[in-house]
Parts: sequence; C-alpha cells; structure tokens
Amino acid sequence: MNSHYGIYGGQYVAETLMAPLAEIERAYEEAKNDPAFREEFRGILREYVGRETPLTEARRLSEHLGGARIALKREDLNHTGAHKVNNTIGQALLARRMGKRRLIAETGAGMHGVATATVAALFGMPCEIYMGAIDVERQSPNVERMKMLGAAVHAVSEGSATLKDAMNEAIRDWVADPDGTFYVIGTVAGPHPYPAMVRDFQSVIGAEARRQCLEKFGRLPDQAIACVGGGSNAMGLFAGFIDDSEVKLVGVEAGGRGLASGEHAASINGGRLGVLHGAKTMLLQTDSGQIVDTYSVSAGLDYPGVGPEHCQLHDTGRAEYTVIEDAEAIAAFDALCRFEGIIPALESSHALAEAIRRAPGLPRDSVLLVNLSGRGDKDMENVMRWKRENPPPAK
Amino acid sequence: MKENRITRCFAKAKAENRPVFVAYLTTGYPTPARSEAEVDRLLGGGGADVIELGVPFSDPFADGAVIRAAAYRALEQGVTLADVIELAGRVRSRHPEAVIVVFSYYNVIHSMGVDRFAAAAAAAGVDAVLAVDLPLEERDELLSPLRGRGLTMVPLIAPATPADRIRKIAEGLEDSFLYAITVNGVTGARESLPPELAGRLDAIRAAVPQPVVAGFGISSRAQGEKLVAGHADGYVIGSAIVKALGGEI
Repeated sequence: MNSHYGIYGGQYVAETLMAPLAEIERAYEEAKNDPAFREEFRGILREYVGRETPLTEARRLSEHLGGARIALKREDLNHTGAHKVNNTIGQALLARRMGKRRLIAETGAGMHGVATATVAALFGMPCEIYMGAIDVERQSPNVERMKMLGAAVHAVSEGSATLKDAMNEAIRDWVADPDGTFYVIGTVAGPHPYPAMVRDFQSVIGAEARRQCLEKFGRLPDQAIACVGGGSNAMGLFAGFIDDSEVKLVGVEAGGRGLASGEHAASINGGRLGVLHGAKTMLLQTDSGQIVDTYSVSAGLDYPGVGPEHCQLHDTGRAEYTVIEDAEAIAAFDALCRFEGIIPALESSHALAEAIRRAPGLPRDSVLLVNLSGRGDKDMENVMRWKRENPPPAK
Repeated sequence: MKENRITRCFAKAKAENRPVFVAYLTTGYPTPARSEAEVDRLLGGGGADVIELGVPFSDPFADGAVIRAAAYRALEQGVTLADVIELAGRVRSRHPEAVIVVFSYYNVIHSMGVDRFAAAAAAAGVDAVLAVDLPLEERDELLSPLRGRGLTMVPLIAPATPADRIRKIAEGLEDSFLYAITVNGVTGARESLPPELAGRLDAIRAAVPQPVVAGFGISSRAQGEKLVAGHADGYVIGSAIVKALGGEI
C-alpha cells in the first residue's frame, strides 16, 4: 500500500504505534481482498444503514438560482444522520476481525462519536469517545446520544478543548493499550493506513453517486462539490470521479470569520506544511510551529489539519479548494430548508453554498453534484445562536 | 566508530561502573530562568550526564499530564525552539562535556526548517536530537541535515518493536544511544514497571552495539540505578524532575 501522497501523508508517530499500525495495515490488506469481508460490509450498509442513499435534484433551489441543476447526494439519510457511519462500520468490522475488544474514537461535532458508539452497540463492544470540552458544550444532543448508545464520553478540557485535543487524548489512550484497543479515526487524516482505509470505506458515496448521475441525467456531473474539514466525505465522493477528468472536483473549506481574520479552519487555503497526528499535511500553525485554535460555526470542520490526499489533489490541480465563510454557509442552510424542505448539517451547508455561488453562471444543462454529508438537526441551537449574534443589517 | 561526547560519556560511566543518568526537562518551565538554573544544577551536583531539553509543543500527544501542563505553561511564556537552541548554547559554554539532546515533536523542527535547525543546533553545541514522532521510515529528512552538521539522533525503541526492526533502527546511529521505552503509554512516573522489562532490555542490548537507556516511568536515581543494573547503560528521569520544579502548580 502507498503510505505517502506525494510529499504528504506517512507515519509520523512515536515508535510505540508503529507495530499496531503495521498490524492494522496487514489486516486491512487481507480484509480488503476477502470477498466475505466485503459482502458483510455491504450487507450492513444495505440493511442497517439503509444504503443506497438517494440522489435528490434540488429543483426549486436550482430554478431560483437560474443556472446549473443542483443534485444532492443524500448522506443525511443514512442511519445516524451522516456519512460517518460508512467508515465506522468498516473499521469496527476490521477491529472485530483483528480480535480487538474495545473501540475508541475522537469526535468534533459528535457525528463520528455517535457513529462509533452506534457500531459499538451493534457489535457488542465497549466504546469510549474523546470530545473537546467546548464541543461537548456546543453539541450536547450528540453527547446524550452517545451515552444513550452505551459509550463513555470523556470531555477533554486542555489545549483548545476541541477536536485536535480530543484526538491527542485518543492517541494517548491507544498508546497505553495498543493490543486490545482499536482506534476508529473519523476522517482521512492520521497516519497511514488510515487516510487510505477511511477513503476506501467512504468511497461507496462516490461510486453510488456516479451511477445515479448517469441514470438520472444520462451523464456525469460537471462538478462534484463537498466540504472539507479532515475531508472524509469529500474523499469518498471524489473517489467515484477521480478518473473522470471531465468532472471538476471541488473541496470547500470553512472560512469562519474570513481568512484575514485568522479565525477559520481552512488548512489548505490558509495553512502551511507541517506534521500532526501522524501525517505530513497542511496545518494551521504559528510561525514557530505551534498548532493554532481553529474556528468555524460548524464544529465538524473545526480541525487544524486536513487529509494528506487532499493536499496532493490540490498540488496536482486535480481538485480545487475554495473557502466559504460562516455567513454564506448559514444562508445556504436557510435556502435548503426553505426551497427543498431539507435541513442540512452546517458542514454540508458549506458545500451547498459553493454550489449556490457557482450555479447561476452555468448553463441550464450542467449538473452540480453536492455531497449533503449530514443532516442539520444537531445544529439548530448553533444556527439560532449565530443568527442572534449576527443580526441582518437594519434596512 | 567515531568518538563524540556521547560515546565518551557512556565509556566514562562504564569505566566508573555506573549507569548514565539522563535528565529531561521542559524548557521554559516553570520560567525560562528557573529551568536554566535547573539544567545547571542537574549537570552540576545533580549528577546528570545527559540533558534532554524538551521543546514545548501545543499538542503533546505522547506525554502524560505533568509534561503536558509544563509545555502549556512554557508556551504561555512564549518559549520557542529558537529559545531552546539559545539555551543549549549557554549550557554548552558552561558544561563542555555534557551531552545535550534537543527533545521535540517534529512539527516544531519542521516549521523552523530542518537545514536551518541543524545549523543552529550544531552552532550551539547540541549533540543529538530526539524527535518523538519521527520513526525509522520518516527520519531521513531530519537525519541527513543533522549528519551534514555532525549531529546524531536518538531513536526510540518501543516494547513491541521486533528484533529485526531494532537492528534497522540502530543502524547508522552507532555514535548515539537508544532510548528504550519501558511501557506502552505516555510519559510519566509510575508505581511499578513491568517485570519482563529486564529481559527486554537484555534483548535490545544483545541486538545492537550502542548503549541503551531506559525511559518512561522512572522517578528517582535510586529506582533508575536498581532497574537498569546489568540490563541497560542508563536511565531517564523526566516527569519527576518537571513535577518537582512546578511545586504546587
């Protein structure tokens, strides 16, 4: 397996984790080539998650914008409400196959934590979730869901008390018991083989969407658009179109209050090459190499790094990476609610906002495929708070 | 094998029939002045042969609570890698034969630029670098510039590192020493260490030519000396030193 993506990726971990990573890589290689493993994975996605997810044309929104047709890949309709579960099922199956007795995970917005707690319950495995104390506060419904599902949730209050600190704590847990514990990483970040493995488990998104586009529109989309925090939903979507050079791939980073403000989570657009959590990648950091606090209205995009494969796709020009700020994401959130009767996750609203920006300038027969990576029920409070704090200018 | 401060240090301790005492502290904790005074104390009457100058990092995922808290506190005071290198230079001028190791997460070094770092560290009189998250497969990007400036690297050996890998890790670092991690987990003093440790240290020593020190979980010189007697060439005390420096905080 390829452990690097150009200059990115690799295994920048303490020696203690090299043996466990090698064990995971071996087990994953075997599992990937085992038809029984693949069939079990597909069966659970079908019968438990409810795949395949539909492709929904956003007709009223597209008409309103007066340009390209916008099609939504409905990952929000998965069991647990986001794409995250595709990956946790894959990794939990692998953990069970390897004889691991316990699952741990980090979570930001809580969706990956919920998805991990869910599969832990499904497989009857004990589960512990690390979550930044600030995220515990702003995503409390997800904390309750994880607990309800039987997971122990640990609030991490040091550092910036967000996703990166939760990941640090999960790594500390893993390193203390690498034999018995499987660390379920929630995105295409971390040391090899995680970026490749998570992409593979999420590639079902792109594979389905490609076929659905051909069936529905008789052609491939002009552009495939997805939000990028760590970047797992985007890699999953892009995987389906990577060899279709006519399909533009667009990743959307969280611009928060704007790149100039320094309060954002746009690692590719606003970061610098570095090494964190096992991978060489683009990072938000100070001049002296300290990782900085990130900000986005969307907790799920609030990570100072990004999957290494995205950095390579950016360098080669195969994908482009744009920035959407809070206000535009909130406007897109509102638009989807009002025009389509779908409440999107704030993360996915960033991808949607990029499509809304692009659609009016494109011909009527063009298609923008947007990965609607999750549903927005979890975000109600945040959206309301944001609107209170950012009232529209007086007329 | 070429001779350097490290080889001389271990040869001297061996001749004196004692283990090498490696002392770690987080640079800048609790204040830059106090940590500098502590380095002098350790290398003076404190009996340390090797000083590991810890570089504070915002995301110390391999460290236990004590060293993490110290790192955050040092960062609040603005301590940077450049400060650590400057400190190394002053320590070198006062302790010509002490072994000085810069102990860091790799991002901080990468951020400065490996060539710039290697040049500055060499000029300051640093002997070696221990980059926590830079295993064998990735280390050449730092080792090459270090070698270009006459510095070496201290590699980590984990409890689960297989014998053939231990040999590969040791290869090319004959002028250094190996840091054997005593337990799975993060840094920090521990009540007890695993009973199989002695056997594991023996196996590492049998596999490689260079000296081996044991680290993680050792909180006093007496404990370290007892632990490694006959099984390793030295021991590391880290969190206990940092904790003592912090007093009540």
